Amino acid sequence: MNREEVTDFIYDEAWMLDEGQFHEWLDLWLPDAVYWMPLNWNQQDPINETSLLYEDNFMLRLRIERLAGARTFSQKPKSRCHHVLNRPRILELTEHSAKAVTKMHYVETRLDEQQMLALTVTHDLKATPDGIRIAGKRVDILNCDAAFGNIQLLP
Amino acid sequence: MTEQNLQSRVDDLIRPQQVHRDVYTSPDVYQLEMKHLFPNCWVYIGHDSQTPNKGDYITAQIGDQPLLMVRHTDNEIHVLYNRCPHKGTKIVIDKAGNTGKFFRCPYHAWSFKTDGCLLAIPLKKGYEGTGLEETEAAKGLAHVGEMRNYRGFVFARLAKEGISFEDFFGDSLSSLDNMVDRSPEGKLTVAGAPLRYMHKCNWKMLVENQTDTCHPMVAHESSAGTAVKIWEEMEKPEGTPTPPAMQIIAPFMSPYEFFENMGIRTWPNGHGHTGVHHSIHSDYSDIPGYYDAMIEAYGEERAQEILGENRHNTVYFPNIMIKGPIQQLRNFIPLGPDKTLVESWIFALDGAPSELTARTAMYNRMINAPTSMVGHDDLEMYERAQEGLMSDGLEFVNIQRLYEDGEDFTETAELNGTTERQMRNQFDAWKRFMLGGAA
Repeated sequence: MNREEVTDFIYDEAWMLDEGQFHEWLDLWLPDAVYWMPLNWNQQDPINETSLLYEDNFMLRLRIERLAGARTFSQKPKSRCHHVLNRPRILELTEHSAKAVTKMHYVETRLDEQQMLALTVTHDLKATPDGIRIAGKRVDILNCDAAFGNIQLLP
Repeated sequence: MTEQNLQSRVDDLIRPQQVHRDVYTSPDVYQLEMKHLFPNCWVYIGHDSQTPNKGDYITAQIGDQPLLMVRHTDNEIHVLYNRCPHKGTKIVIDKAGNTGKFFRCPYHAWSFKTDGCLLAIPLKKGYEGTGLEETEAAKGLAHVGEMRNYRGFVFARLAKEGISFEDFFGDSLSSLDNMVDRSPEGKLTVAGAPLRYMHKCNWKMLVENQTDTCHPMVAHESSAGTAVKIWEEMEKPEGTPTPPAMQIIAPFMSPYEFFENMGIRTWPNGHGHTGVHHSIHSDYSDIPGYYDAMIEAYGEERAQEILGENRHNTVYFPNIMIKGPIQQLRNFIPLGPDKTLVESWIFALDGAPSELTARTAMYNRMINAPTSMVGHDDLEMYERAQEGLMSDGLEFVNIQRLYEDGEDFTETAELNGTTERQMRNQFDAWKRFMLGGAA
């Protein structure tokens, strides 16, 4: 892996979410990878405390299938989202793996409502014969301890 | 508003089988709730494990009243109004902290012991001969009417006079007891931060939904139904155990008969619970070591009795719900007629394996988070209802499923799990506590 590949991957992943290409997005994940969104600032324990998200492949698949469901009432009408990325800061880089942290602004909208979240996103990436894949992703929301309404898509 | 006007306003809103939409939408009814209903009830403040050390405090509220709960130097917990008796400044504003031996107002440095008593005023000679000692301000931080720490759960009544804790809750305390008894040490500890989920709807919609057993298979088909479908279609070896996530979400798709047969029990004063016989929590897999720890603590017979209760949602009127089998507490905090903050807390069972806490944390984030697929559809329904109720086409909301003539809410009742009696029970209590709480 090189820096440019890692950076391109992170931009492409966000692009897929914004375009609603959720199945392609899910294909980027290794089977045992987990998407973690802590509830508390600097939260260390994802297991014995509540998080906003701590989802394995099954839960992410369920989330994506649900978004397209015929009776998914909270998605009638559908939400849209939009990521703006800072240049990823690459913390670790080897031939087979990388760790990068990226500041993002995330906007989600539905009907007349729009909300913005400031994110710090940490990617653990692995090289596979099929290309770079996600081994883990942590999304820290700047105001993670604030009271939110629905956040329906994937920051 | 005179007493008579209040009586007739309240009487006009509540009928045996329906309630006027103003109870959900009207700013003046909301103000009456703040002034009369909440002060007359015993309302949940917090858990004593949130303030384990002397000087530890949390901020809280009853209705629109800002409060703080603090552990005094003698280890007793006090619930005080969070307002400097001098100019009104809030004494503390963070969710939790430690104040040491005393509170010090950041405005003029009046200081108070952690039992509320006035400790010192800078340049006190300026008050000499002014009669300060005769004023309310000289008494320090005001206490609530009455408070009670029940097995770690702290409740308070704002009104100086009123119903006692025991009379208010009565037999409904059996649900709290069961939740605490599930710890081999008879003690719970708050685990992590609460989910905080903002709802643009009236607080009562959330409370009513806790015993609304006819919505899960409809509103949550998109999440629970899809989960069941994916799991069934998934290629997996024969006998693959159902993963915890599926154990949690699949029962939401249970058929109507499941909810009819689970039963509902209502108690006097607006309390009640679903899951008299079984619940969506009944079939969770055993956690190794837990049952043994329970037998060691209680003996086999008592341990089986405790774990045999699988109550689903217990509503403590006016505004919390607990789930005993998974140690969860949800607080429906009113912020306006159409605004409610929901805090969802979880607890660890002292002396029990941590896998139980892990399952509860999973339940909390899967079902009750602002990012939860199940929560999304609930909030969508509440907000649609809040907007729909502005319609002048109909003025009343129907709550008459399995209504029976002459229902007596002073009696404990066990009924078909799809009855809306618990909603009627809540409105009966609502009406009485709006008017002071007399039977």
